[in-house]
Amino acid sequence: MSDRTLDISLTVNGEPVHERVEARKTLVDFLREDLSLTGSHVGCEHGVCGACTVRVNGEIVRGCLMLAVQCDGAKVETIEGISDSGEVTDLQTTFEQRNALQCGYCTPGMIVAAQDLLKRGGVPSRDEIREHLSGNYCRCTGYHAIVDAVEAVAQTRAGGKQ
Amino acid sequence: MKPAPFAYRRARSLEETVALLGEHTDARLLAGGQSLIATLNMRLSAPSLLIDINAIGDLDGIAHKGGTVEIGALTRHAQAEHSETIARHAPLIARAMPYIGHAAIRNRGTLGGSIAFADPAAELPACLLALDGEVDATGPQGKRTIKAGDFFKGLFETALGPQDVLTAIRVPAATVDTRVGFAELARRHGDYAIIGLAASARAAGKRLADVRLSFFGVGSTPVRARLAEAALSAGAIDAKRLDAAVAALDLDQHDDAQTTAAAKVHLAGVLLRRVAKQLLEART
Repeated sequence: MSDRTLDISLTVNGEPVHERVEARKTLVDFLREDLSLTGSHVGCEHGVCGACTVRVNGEIVRGCLMLAVQCDGAKVETIEGISDSGEVTDLQTTFEQRNALQCGYCTPGMIVAAQDLLKRGGVPSRDEIREHLSGNYCRCTGYHAIVDAVEAVAQTRAGGKQ
Repeated sequence: MKPAPFAYRRARSLEETVALLGEHTDARLLAGGQSLIATLNMRLSAPSLLIDINAIGDLDGIAHKGGTVEIGALTRHAQAEHSETIARHAPLIARAMPYIGHAAIRNRGTLGGSIAFADPAAELPACLLALDGEVDATGPQGKRTIKAGDFFKGLFETALGPQDVLTAIRVPAATVDTRVGFAELARRHGDYAIIGLAASARAAGKRLADVRLSFFGVGSTPVRARLAEAALSAGAIDAKRLDAAVAALDLDQHDDAQTTAAAKVHLAGVLLRRVAKQLLEART
């Protein structure tokens, strides 16, 4: 099995995928180039910006710091699947209402990271929201509005008023 | 950038891994990959083979036994962060954990990988040194144990040989009189520290004994501030003794791209005061 290309089987957004990939291909490049799932963005390619955040086996990871071959047998979810399922509709709507995006480049990663925090339940403090999103860069520097949006969704989900 | 081409092999056992390292002298081990894959992407590293050790059983897990806490090399940071055993019996590691990278990084990165990579600005090597911990490694001659004080040799350089695999780290379990402290300064939460300090001590009445101060981000390895340790241990801790400990800091600093030497020396004193305060708090 020592080779530069390998066969992998995995589930992406609930659908089985069988592909032959180069060992050196990162997960996010595989998703974008081989599967045309371009919602996950490639920013810094060294784990700093968070634009490539996806879920692997339910946990958020950097799509640029995992290889596609490491996902053999894994369950991968991208912003496409996570938004299609309706899981983050309230986050998406509130980001729009609160102007929590300008260029939108960081938004898929922000939504996936924010949902990772919110699905734990409860209403996190603004500091906790900032800390959890600390791995996601927004270069339009709209962090304040992003924290507002995430906090508002947390409150709504917890039954409070937005 | 994209990585240069390499072959990939999923190892099934330690023996297979050691043998593969012998056959491929420029191979690299892939554990959490949170530093390695970044260096591959930037082509700072271009091995011919990656040996993925994630499928090897028995290399993860956290166990409290015989007065020590043993942490398997493949234990993810997130596992340690949420571990009751770490919180109770290895409180320094528990304190350091939230500072390591970001949530998505901690889901993948491993404790063994962080120790073996030995980044001089990383938190865990400094914690291991402050706790006088040790690591287990398996190589062609079998298993051996290396004390933290003998492990970190230089910039990204450790006592591990070319065919060694780090399998576990071990630290003494905290007792009722164990005191720990941790602080770091970074431009953004989760980034590598400009400077940081991990410390352990034993409470002895109003005094501290066995003080170990392990700075990171100040040299090519974690560095103990032995003169400041002695100053802190010399009597009851009051403002005067704290001043003396700060004055005794003898870190040899140079200007780097972000921070001047004078600023680093100043920040080392700031951290020492913060950490000393933590060391004086009763255990909860």
